[in-house]
Amino acid sequence: MELDSKCPTGPIETRWDRHQFSLKLVNPANKRKYTILVVGTGLAGGSAAASLAELGYNVKCFCFQDSPRRAHSIAAQGGINAAKNYHNDGDSVYRLFYDTVKGGDFRARESNVYRLAQVSLNIIDQCVAQGVPFAREYSGYLDNRSFGGAQVSRTFYARGQTGQQLLLGAYQALERQIGAGAVEMFPRTEMLDLIVIDGHARGIVTRDLMTGKIESHLGDAVVLGTGGYGNVYYLSTNAKGSNATAIWRAYKRGALFGNPCFTQIHPTCIPVSGDYQSKLTLMSESLRNDGRVWVPAKKDDTRPASQIPEAERDYYLERRYPSFGNLVPRDVASRNAKAVCDEGRGVGGTKLAVYLDLRDAIDRLGKHVIKERYGNLIDMYERIAGEDPYQEPMRIYPAIHYTMGGLWVDYNLMSTIPGLYVIGEANFSDHGANRLGASALMQGLADGYFVLPNTINDYVASTKLEKADANNAAVRDAEEQVLQTTSKLLHNKGTRSVDSFHRELGKLMWEYCGMSRTAEGLKLALSKIPGLREQYWREVKVLGSGEELNQSLEKAGRVADFFELAELICLDALERNESCGGHFREEYQTPEGEAARDDAHYSYAAAWEFRGVGNRPDLHKEPLTFEYVHPAQRSYK
Amino acid sequence: MSTIAIHPIHRAVRFYEAPIGKKAVMAITGVMLVGYVFAHLLGNLQIYSSDAEQINRYAGFLHNPANAAALWAARSVLLLAVALHIIAATQLWLQNRAARPIGYVKKADLPASYAARTMIWSGPIVGAFVIFHVLHLTAGKVLELRELGPNMPDVRYNVITGFSNPWISGFYILAMILLCLHLYHGMWSMFQSLGISHPRYTPLVKKAAAVLAIAVAVGNCSIPIAVLTGLLTY
Amino acid sequence: MKIILHIWRQRNADDKGRMARYEVPNVNEHMSFLEMLDVLNEDLIAKDEEPVAFDHDCREGICGMCGSMVNGVAHGPKPGTTLCQLHMRFFKDGDELYLEPWRARAFPIVKDLVVDRSAFDRVMAAGGFISVATGSAPDGNAILVPKEDADRAMDAAACIGCGACVAMCPNASASLFLAAKISHLGLLPQGQPERHERAVAMVAQANQELFGACTNIGECEAVCPKEIKLEVIARMNHDFLLAKLAGRGAAEEG
Repeated sequence: MELDSKCPTGPIETRWDRHQFSLKLVNPANKRKYTILVVGTGLAGGSAAASLAELGYNVKCFCFQDSPRRAHSIAAQGGINAAKNYHNDGDSVYRLFYDTVKGGDFRARESNVYRLAQVSLNIIDQCVAQGVPFAREYSGYLDNRSFGGAQVSRTFYARGQTGQQLLLGAYQALERQIGAGAVEMFPRTEMLDLIVIDGHARGIVTRDLMTGKIESHLGDAVVLGTGGYGNVYYLSTNAKGSNATAIWRAYKRGALFGNPCFTQIHPTCIPVSGDYQSKLTLMSESLRNDGRVWVPAKKDDTRPASQIPEAERDYYLERRYPSFGNLVPRDVASRNAKAVCDEGRGVGGTKLAVYLDLRDAIDRLGKHVIKERYGNLIDMYERIAGEDPYQEPMRIYPAIHYTMGGLWVDYNLMSTIPGLYVIGEANFSDHGANRLGASALMQGLADGYFVLPNTINDYVASTKLEKADANNAAVRDAEEQVLQTTSKLLHNKGTRSVDSFHRELGKLMWEYCGMSRTAEGLKLALSKIPGLREQYWREVKVLGSGEELNQSLEKAGRVADFFELAELICLDALERNESCGGHFREEYQTPEGEAARDDAHYSYAAAWEFRGVGNRPDLHKEPLTFEYVHPAQRSYK
Repeated sequence: MSTIAIHPIHRAVRFYEAPIGKKAVMAITGVMLVGYVFAHLLGNLQIYSSDAEQINRYAGFLHNPANAAALWAARSVLLLAVALHIIAATQLWLQNRAARPIGYVKKADLPASYAARTMIWSGPIVGAFVIFHVLHLTAGKVLELRELGPNMPDVRYNVITGFSNPWISGFYILAMILLCLHLYHGMWSMFQSLGISHPRYTPLVKKAAAVLAIAVAVGNCSIPIAVLTGLLTY
Repeated sequence: MKIILHIWRQRNADDKGRMARYEVPNVNEHMSFLEMLDVLNEDLIAKDEEPVAFDHDCREGICGMCGSMVNGVAHGPKPGTTLCQLHMRFFKDGDELYLEPWRARAFPIVKDLVVDRSAFDRVMAAGGFISVATGSAPDGNAILVPKEDADRAMDAAACIGCGACVAMCPNASASLFLAAKISHLGLLPQGQPERHERAVAMVAQANQELFGACTNIGECEAVCPKEIKLEVIARMNHDFLLAKLAGRGAAEEG
């Protein structure tokens, strides 16, 4: 299969403009004749559904939660980047573009990233107009802070609840369209399959989570904004319901999966406290602006933090990376935390944690300033860990947070199935091998508000779409498959709960395909996962019926997909014999222990094609070329 | 969202239909009733005047046929306020009961909201007391009232003999304590209902409401207590 | 430690429902409340009993999906905390806890502790927004917002739509929820053009959803996990009353 990224060429500054001009438009009066199905109501899905409805399309929108406002974008804390240069500190669209390509370790398309940086300006304007209460200075102007690895202040924020406020902005825009009758909303409805008719994505099969009813929805294009797949690891910062089912079933219907092994570990999460742990809670890395990361200099030092004198503390990030210090990118910060813990210098009961210490900042700025900046994060830490960060340093440890990989899409955000668009974290497009802080919100909203509503017109205008027929064999087949899977899970009469399997899979993945990976470990994981998957289908126990709310059944379907996806992640990680961004292969590192890329062989996006469960998928490669930002070893020294 | 010209009566009905409209009606009628309570308290306290005839002169002034029109105008306004207050409260109560048809097996009551939660009981009990109070000291249906002359009730005598009965005094004191709770909540809550709130001033309003509500209760209750303890005699 | 739970079990909307008693031994003090329920559910599954259905998603106190009454208090005894962030160190060995779903006519029970809060979405659809189409916004700094206004708007905007206010209110009123949104948008310059219509439209919709009326009790404020203040309700009343006096927003009620 030839992968056509449809990226424009020529001067990068004008690529998006020229491309937009080349796209066909749909007559406003005709738009209402087209139905677009949007799955997911996070920043990407919610903003896309609202914007498409504003344009005049008929929109049907789906989410598995009880309300579109619950999507997990809501949990993003720190902020959203935009190249406004309001602070006159040398920022520009070009610099944001440059930082993002470099931060992504040269594994993203330049054209996409440049567009993202351009559109970032409009996002802030749009959100302000919607009433997002961004932080302000006393003058009334928008406030900014520097964030996660950036040397300019380009991050806009709303306390520690930026994701919530941006999502509520999109949700309100969506509710406005629902109220106006332009969007038909289906909450507590889960997409369980994609309907492909004559090679085009024409609909989805859903299950009504309240009644269990399996139903098909047909339309002219399908948009997936269903988020990432971090929950493959069981413990992650994702919401419990976050899942890969929508993109995975689309993958099984022919959409290629891009860079599945690019997973991001977030360095500042509250550590695991016991076996019952159900999720990990992230604390915004904005804390690293003022907090200093350290561990005891000696191994197995059991003294409480307050009794360890300054000279016996190792501020290892400041020591190893003098110019970026505690603000090194997430992958670097995470790996270093693992390294010091592996050396036996971890802290806390499990020895799998490092200190994040606000003491010096409190001394320098006063407690009130720290409280103003991070009050809600500190409160949250205290609630969960039961310790007061104003008195003793917080304990943090890395956790799975974001997945840069996702369904492969071209410059128009269309997957390899015509008419299937994938936006936000669900696609693989803009972050390469590592995402910079405060860029996820930017990408979700860029895709949903500004990119997709422009590119989808071209498909609708240039494709002859006969009305999809509910009696089409493809519809019947998809419904039948969903019914079969559901019934199989319910009648399995197994012995083990869904969660017990999910935990086991998660442990395996974290151990062999987590923060650092080896060929040997990955091969071991690949030998174990298929067996575990088969065991799952034999032994899983799902009680209750399919005709009512059944949370075990919902989980069971999602975990079944995680098993298949886990295998693909490991395969991709094994195939990529280099270290880049979030993908760190121990065999490939510089003498200083930094990730060593292999641009000669791996400067491509991996796109995997499904060949049946248990069969090896086909690998397609989209070569990446860099005309503006020339690949170099990332250095944060 | 547009402005459409509608008939003022229609508009008033729609205003009242909304729960916030009903609460506004309760707040405004509440202001009037609170005003009456304070005026009444000032009238009552004249019983402590060194001039024993002071309170009777005041009663005589109110009962003077020359002032009858004004008196009845005031009484009508008050009765209307009471009626609206009660009707709105009852309608809200019915709406609120319907809003939770099945209650909790276990429901904690938060202490801070005691006065507010008991409005629906303190209101009717105070209302019943008011009826009794009017029958007792205005209509003379409980004890026979003494008059010094036509339209000249001997208030001092009637009050003191009435309160010499511990049952009457007891009911009076109980009603005043409930009135205190009712007034405390009502006096700050009317601001809230009318949309007046400020982080700096609302706590002061609440304190002022508490002080005034207690002042009313203490002022009024002092009379039966003074009678029962023999400090106030005829 | 051991915790004894009395949980409302109800198969579906038509079922009458009942309280059921469970014991959870080996509760660890570092567990979150929902993790304790996970442990119970694993136990029930092992015994071939259907697990307790409860809504939850982010488990970090922001999505607003979780929540139940714990001993008659919405989200449990710790103020300013959602159920998912309530940790078991807050309880002691042998505690008996009553878990009940939010109860309001506007929130029909779906199953066990799960209720249908779609009434909130309909209230939002009636007017909880600023009508700005994508692409039409001026530069972000073209609209100045005094810091204090922005901060107060943010205080109100922190609402997570969990429904604890309705559940705790003796009147099952949604006023705190409505008023949080009306205040958030009404405090910002961007929200002024629709300010009065918004208040009227949202209040009218809430009435249609059969929520109760606010009688200024304040139990909502006491249990709100985001500590939204009663002051927002005064603001809503103010906007609503002014709108009515000016005859605005009449179309919304028709």
